[in-house]
Amino acid sequence: MATKDYIRERFFPHIWCPGCGHGIIMNALLHAIEQIGLKKNDIVMVSGIGCSSRISGYLDFHTLHTIHGRALAFATGVKISRPELTLLVPMGDGDALSIGGNHFIHACRRNIDMTAIVMNNRVYGMTGGQYSPLSGYGTYATTAPYMNIDQDFDVVQLATASGATFVARSTTYHVHEMTAILKAAILHKGFSVVEVMSQCPTYFGRKNKEGSASDMMEKFRARTVPLGSKKKQEDPTLIERGIFVDKQMPEYCEEYQKIIGRAMKDK
Amino acid sequence: MAKLKLKRHVINRDWCKGCGICVHFCPQHVLELDDQDKVFAARPQDCVCCKLCELRCPDLAIEVETEEEMIWADR
Ligand SMILES: Cc1ncc(C[n+]2csc(CCOP(=O)(O)OP(=O)(O)O)c2C)c(N)n1
Ligand code: SF4
Ligand SMILES: [Mg+2]
Repeated sequence: MATKDYIRERFFPHIWCPGCGHGIIMNALLHAIEQIGLKKNDIVMVSGIGCSSRISGYLDFHTLHTIHGRALAFATGVKISRPELTLLVPMGDGDALSIGGNHFIHACRRNIDMTAIVMNNRVYGMTGGQYSPLSGYGTYATTAPYMNIDQDFDVVQLATASGATFVARSTTYHVHEMTAILKAAILHKGFSVVEVMSQCPTYFGRKNKEGSASDMMEKFRARTVPLGSKKKQEDPTLIERGIFVDKQMPEYCEEYQKIIGRAMKDK
Repeated sequence: MAKLKLKRHVINRDWCKGCGICVHFCPQHVLELDDQDKVFAARPQDCVCCKLCELRCPDLAIEVETEEEMIWADR
């Protein structure tokens, strides 16, 4: 199946701004799904609210466009009742880690089999460029005109500490790597977290004088390194990409089935 | 041995928003934006069919159509 067969063409061109990284993530995700050979009917995509979350409207799977920060809760409900389906949960950085922060850490802890994709543009794009918990110290935003003094989360460390069994990071510049990582994440049995560094030229880019979408992607190239690279020791400010965690743990739906079995034994 | 040969760049002008990502990152400088800020293949003969423009397009607006060309080692 060609990647174009997975989209709802009638809603194109999409609403994302020129150069928005979210479209590149959608593009890579389509390639990952096509390479795995998943059928449209086997996929459920659940999203919350944000520019990023609009992705579910454009893809021709079973899709749920739910409420801000709660996509993982809705996805958990779907997965528990239909564990044979493949659950994909794309989220914005605000969606996943401000309002949805608690859902995020607990979903990691449960190890339910689904793929959370954090489309991290370090800003609230949809609502006009407010800073997010991923903007970081020293950045500018419409709500931080004199500079943001909040430290940011490290999504990879947070997901790892919370118990996610697959944790990875890539960027919109590294499209081959991103596609391979998304593929591995979807195939992984358990809770997968993939952070993709994405550009919002309209808000984060403008407020932080980062130039065009291409300039922002050049920065992803220059400021990130593959996991375990020597360069990171020389310059600790570089951000690592790759697969940080890939391990097997009891999966939530399977454990739940066992509990049902136990409860029914005495009946 | 099979090598990819360019048939054509299929560009959806209704979907292209002229962000210039494909133009910027094409390793062979094949692409340009026209006076309406839509991408076109200015130098198709230089295309190496890496498809990076297609993969990095946020708008799914460019596709590199290719065919396989057989190359014989003894030629
Ligand atoms: C309960 C609730 N609170 C606040 C909002 C307003 N709101 C909409 S999107 C959004 C944040 C979007 O940022 P992010 O999740 O990073 O997505 P992006 O637009 O950057 O892709 C906020 C705060 C809302 N829709 N619902
Ligand atoms: S505001 Fe930012 S995140 Fe939203 S569509 Fe535009 S570039 Fe993308
Ligand atoms: Mg955001």
